Amino acid sequence: MNDSSPTGRAGRYTLIGIVAILAVVLIGLLWMGVLAPHPMDFAGGTRVALTEYHAQDPTGVPAELKSASLIEQGEYLARAADCAACHTADGGVPFAGGRAFVLPFGTLYSTNITPDKETGIGNYSDANFLEAVHKGIGRDHTRLYPAMPFASYTYMTTADAAAIKAYLFSLAPVHAPAPQNTLSFPFNQRSLMGVWALLFNPDKRFEPRTERDPQWNRGAYLVEAMAHCGECHTPRNLMQALNNREKFAGAVQAGWRAYNITSDPKSGIGAWSEAALAQYLATGHADGRGAATGPMGEAVDNSLQYMTQTDIAAMVTYVRSVSGIASSDLPEPKASPAPASHAEGVAANSDPRGKAVYAGACASCHDWTGVSPVIPSATLTGVRSVNDPTATNVVQVILSGSHRQAADTRATMPAFGSAYSDEEIASLANYVTARFGAQPSAVSAQNIAALRAQN
Amino acid sequence: MYVSASQEATPTLAAALTRRGFLQAGLAAGGALVVGFQLPLAQSAQPEKPGFAPNAFIRIDVHGKVTLIMPQVEMGQGIYTAIAMILAEELDADFSQVALEAAPPNDKLYGNPIFGIQVTGNSNSVRSFWLPLRKAAAGARAVLVQAAAQQWKVEPDGIRTENGQAIYDADARRIDYGALVDRARELTPPKDPQLKDVKDFKLIGNPLKRMDTPDKVNGKTVYGIDVMPPGVKFATLAACPVFGGTVERVDDAKARALPGVRQVIVLKDFVAVVGDHMWAAKQGLAALNITWNEGSNSAISSDDVWKKLRAASDKEGAVANSVGDAAKALTQGDKLEAAYEMPFLAHATMEPMNCTVHVTPTSCEVWVGSQVLSRVQATAARVTGLPLDKVTTHNLLIGGGFGRRLEVDMVDSAVQIAQQVDGPVKVVWTREEDIQHDLYRPVYRDALSATVANGRIVAWKHRITGSSVIARWLPPAFQKGIDIDAIDSAADIPYDIPNLRVEYVRAEPPAVPTGFWRGVGPNNNVFAIESFMDELAKKSNKDPVNFRRDMLDKSPRLKAALELAAVKAGWGNPLPARTGRGIALQVAFGSFIATVAEAEVDASGEVRVHRLVSAVDTGIVVNPDTVVAQLQGGLIFGLTAALYGKITIAKGRVQQSNFNDYRMLRINETPQIEVHLIKSGEAPGGIGETGATAAPPALGNAIFAATGIRLRRLPIDRDVLSGKKPS
Amino acid sequence: MVSLQINGEVRTVDAPPDMPLLWVLRDILGLTGTKFGCGIAQCGACTVHVNGAPVRSCLLPIGSVGDRAVTTIEGIGASAVGARVQKAWLDLEVVQCGYCQSGQIMSATALLNSTAHPEDSDIDAAMAGNICRCGTYVRIRAAIKHAAQT
Ligand code: FES
Ligand code: FES
Repeated sequence: MNDSSPTGRAGRYTLIGIVAILAVVLIGLLWMGVLAPHPMDFAGGTRVALTEYHAQDPTGVPAELKSASLIEQGEYLARAADCAACHTADGGVPFAGGRAFVLPFGTLYSTNITPDKETGIGNYSDANFLEAVHKGIGRDHTRLYPAMPFASYTYMTTADAAAIKAYLFSLAPVHAPAPQNTLSFPFNQRSLMGVWALLFNPDKRFEPRTERDPQWNRGAYLVEAMAHCGECHTPRNLMQALNNREKFAGAVQAGWRAYNITSDPKSGIGAWSEAALAQYLATGHADGRGAATGPMGEAVDNSLQYMTQTDIAAMVTYVRSVSGIASSDLPEPKASPAPASHAEGVAANSDPRGKAVYAGACASCHDWTGVSPVIPSATLTGVRSVNDPTATNVVQVILSGSHRQAADTRATMPAFGSAYSDEEIASLANYVTARFGAQPSAVSAQNIAALRAQN
Repeated sequence: MYVSASQEATPTLAAALTRRGFLQAGLAAGGALVVGFQLPLAQSAQPEKPGFAPNAFIRIDVHGKVTLIMPQVEMGQGIYTAIAMILAEELDADFSQVALEAAPPNDKLYGNPIFGIQVTGNSNSVRSFWLPLRKAAAGARAVLVQAAAQQWKVEPDGIRTENGQAIYDADARRIDYGALVDRARELTPPKDPQLKDVKDFKLIGNPLKRMDTPDKVNGKTVYGIDVMPPGVKFATLAACPVFGGTVERVDDAKARALPGVRQVIVLKDFVAVVGDHMWAAKQGLAALNITWNEGSNSAISSDDVWKKLRAASDKEGAVANSVGDAAKALTQGDKLEAAYEMPFLAHATMEPMNCTVHVTPTSCEVWVGSQVLSRVQATAARVTGLPLDKVTTHNLLIGGGFGRRLEVDMVDSAVQIAQQVDGPVKVVWTREEDIQHDLYRPVYRDALSATVANGRIVAWKHRITGSSVIARWLPPAFQKGIDIDAIDSAADIPYDIPNLRVEYVRAEPPAVPTGFWRGVGPNNNVFAIESFMDELAKKSNKDPVNFRRDMLDKSPRLKAALELAAVKAGWGNPLPARTGRGIALQVAFGSFIATVAEAEVDASGEVRVHRLVSAVDTGIVVNPDTVVAQLQGGLIFGLTAALYGKITIAKGRVQQSNFNDYRMLRINETPQIEVHLIKSGEAPGGIGETGATAAPPALGNAIFAATGIRLRRLPIDRDVLSGKKPS
Repeated sequence: MVSLQINGEVRTVDAPPDMPLLWVLRDILGLTGTKFGCGIAQCGACTVHVNGAPVRSCLLPIGSVGDRAVTTIEGIGASAVGARVQKAWLDLEVVQCGYCQSGQIMSATALLNSTAHPEDSDIDAAMAGNICRCGTYVRIRAAIKHAAQT
């Protein structure tokens, strides 16, 4: 195997090609990065350092917890920042890492953030921890991938980060080495992430807006520095950085569609009442709007359900201040239930398989009207996902179900992916959107296969 | 040693006995097979006033009420009614005066003559009890006639019986059985009572309404899961998801804090929560933080299972039947080889596993629906350390058996739980637990090879490789490397083949426990044989029906079934594109059945079964409507397996959990089904499992006819049918 | 304490409002005709009527029932249609093990209440959510049609 020249040459060309492309892209994105708006830029107004802000402190824990121990405060903040979501493997020990992120260029695994000295963060000093949270730099100076939302966490105060660390260090150490990432070149070059951070991480702590009231500022801090909503709901540019020119206008993440949460009344959440928004965030369900599933369901389970009412209200205030951007492909959700009779509503000449599967596996819970006779969170009327003509989340929920861990354990839906074929699932998704949504989808078996591959 | 095709005309019961001959002989030699029809009824509850109990099955009280003690358990197959009909027929009882009572555990009194223990399974309830019960009833009737003769001081010859009365036609005197009870009690039944002539049957052969149904349509029937002893608590359990794993530790703080949760019981390999109701128990179980010691099986996957099975299938097996010189004949002529593979399957009985137990220091009472009542009692005795007679059992109606309730694991764990609970406790498994901790229909591999010449099979070799359930379940029946169940319907293949060799290789899957599943051995074998027959027909350029018929000269009953099914199904009539007909034959459980499936396969590989037609010769039919119902249901059971059924293993655990991922055929996928009964005077055959056996090969052959694609693995793979995957 | 109207009677039970009706019926009230099959609304064994509509009681929290009338298999025979369905079930010998049949009868009765003369497609739509492991579907279909004619 000495004669490796053909592959060697090809390899060299590939390398040169990639470097050239990267150079061009880098220059372009340098421009983009420098000029791109930061997450809170939409609000305008005067920014002041936290120390200069004299109204109620928008950071830290809510009033109820002010006198709690540092560890308890850290627990609240760790939940607000939803560390567990990524740092817990499916069925694994919380914070012990190992959750897989399947990306187009390989699989990335989250790390163990329990205080285990060998495989966790047991040897992290406060400074090490801050470097990781604010800058995406690990203790051994390796660069973290921006799957770790340090470009959001960078807004977190040092005190809050320290409280989170105190909480994490109060946990039992778990020996759990993270599985090896399987990223392909050039994505396996961690040093490139330094360049990325240089471009896209503002590396700044939260700065309140003096014109805005304390509730808005608290909301801004929670949404941007902690809950990092934009990481899913804001579209990304080519370099995988958030494109805040379209802040909260929705994006597809890990095969799920994070919907438009701008104030657009038709495609966003402009038409939602404040109460509905608050209910949705706190419980994962709002009547007439639907239930959180997939990654949003996890965010409610791991994080949002623990937030105090005032914090939820603050987040609602902030999110609603983001001006509307219309998503042209998202119609206004149909507000009326489907007919009670199976024979009405969807043209009889549509693919009969979807209806057949619906009759067997779905109608018991969702009814032919879409209004669940069993549990409100199973009602489909008015729900964004069935009013999404791409049917992305409808398919995802059919494939993998919804496994909510929140208080109401019955609000789960079993996964149907392994028992039904791609054709059946495509046909079912099309039937569901046609029956309950404003516009039918036209999902194909190939689409289903592609989505399966991402799970 | 096995019934070959040439002997198929023997009465079916005899055939069945011969097939299991050595098993029966072995047990009889050990003294277990005592058919104690003359024994007094000792164990059963006594009537208030002394009645007439000539044997363990019949009790007549002074009011004329006839109580039949049911040795077999009712799980939907209609056996209560069929056995009652057999007894009432021979006794000339008034059917409206007949009551049923489940037999207590007692292998000696109520053991199945074929197995030697008290078991309902293998579709042999009617087959095995047909003659013994008729004799028992005829003996009782003879005694009643004698009692009447004494009373009237006339010759017994002039007395006949009808509708629960003895009648002396000479002077038109009549007397109710009830009035004869006191005299009859003093008399001894004759050794060899005269049996009725088949042509005189009044009940047998008529579609009688089943005795167990009225309470099943109004919610009154009490299944095992419905018993409510006073003060009962409710429990549910979780075993380690990995087979063979044990409990390491349990954090139950959250569970104990839940309202209604009473106890958390941690045992070696499972954890149970006891509550005021199932909801509390379920919530409590979900709130437990259990750390399992997964043991050595945590890496096992379906791939490992198949690798092992295929490797085992390469070895020679124990010879189950050998005719002519198959090895030599296989080297000559046109040869075809194929291997068929069957997946693990769960039973998924509609009524999830459950068992209710009350343990005190000196007693144990068990309520359960079981196919093996004496084993229930023995298990409870073993777990508690109590003597057998301190264990009372109540066998209740069964919400689906299918072989799952031939096991007593649910009794074992329930008794262990009850030992820790003060008062009775009902242990109900969640559906998830039921699917993930079954004893699964084993994976099988059937390697077949054959040569054909002039449109006939010259040589045939069939090697069956798979788990031996028999070896675990009834060890004496596993001898010389042969599992009599695993080779059933293969060793005694009905076709006229001059050179034949059938082998069995025992290969236990890693980690996964195996059990009997509706259709048992024939299920696997008939799929392989009948699929291969179709492949051979194709190789011989013959129509599948003709190809089979030409080799059935020595099996007239099967041939007749084939011809009837072909006619009724319209075999040969043109069909739309992508639609095909397939046929499958079977001699199993003493019944001769031909089934035609008509199925359509669309471009995406979806299969729509339009029609199933079966022609059935099951000998004398006791209750024809039940036979038809069993066939209809069995065919759907088999279709479900063929279309969807598979249990897969990853990381040592079952990946399926409930009906969302272990899919069942539903009413809107059910084809039109026709069952045609063939009149026969032969002894009754078994029927409960035949449909499950018939549907998969008929469907596979229909799919082949529709698409030209041969599926050699079950369940059918839509990706292969759509061309996405190579076949 | 939650008050429920079951088969025409008011029953008061000491149970949490999020407890599914199925377990209240079976384990507290002893109405065991309603069956547990899956617990996830996939089999229909637990079907009851709430104000006449078929509902899977394994998921229905008692707190959300309110004063709506619950009918179970034990009470369905009191209605003309329910009795007709039960009779059709017996006439055609639908039942095998019977475990699913409470649910089947409740679904079938609801169907006939809303559609007096159902076609095959109506039967498919109303009955596909009820699994019968014994495979009595052919007779269920026939019995529904039989009941519709009587
Ligand atoms: S138990 Fe409710 S649908 Fe299965
Ligand atoms: S009759 Fe047994 S499950 Fe339906």
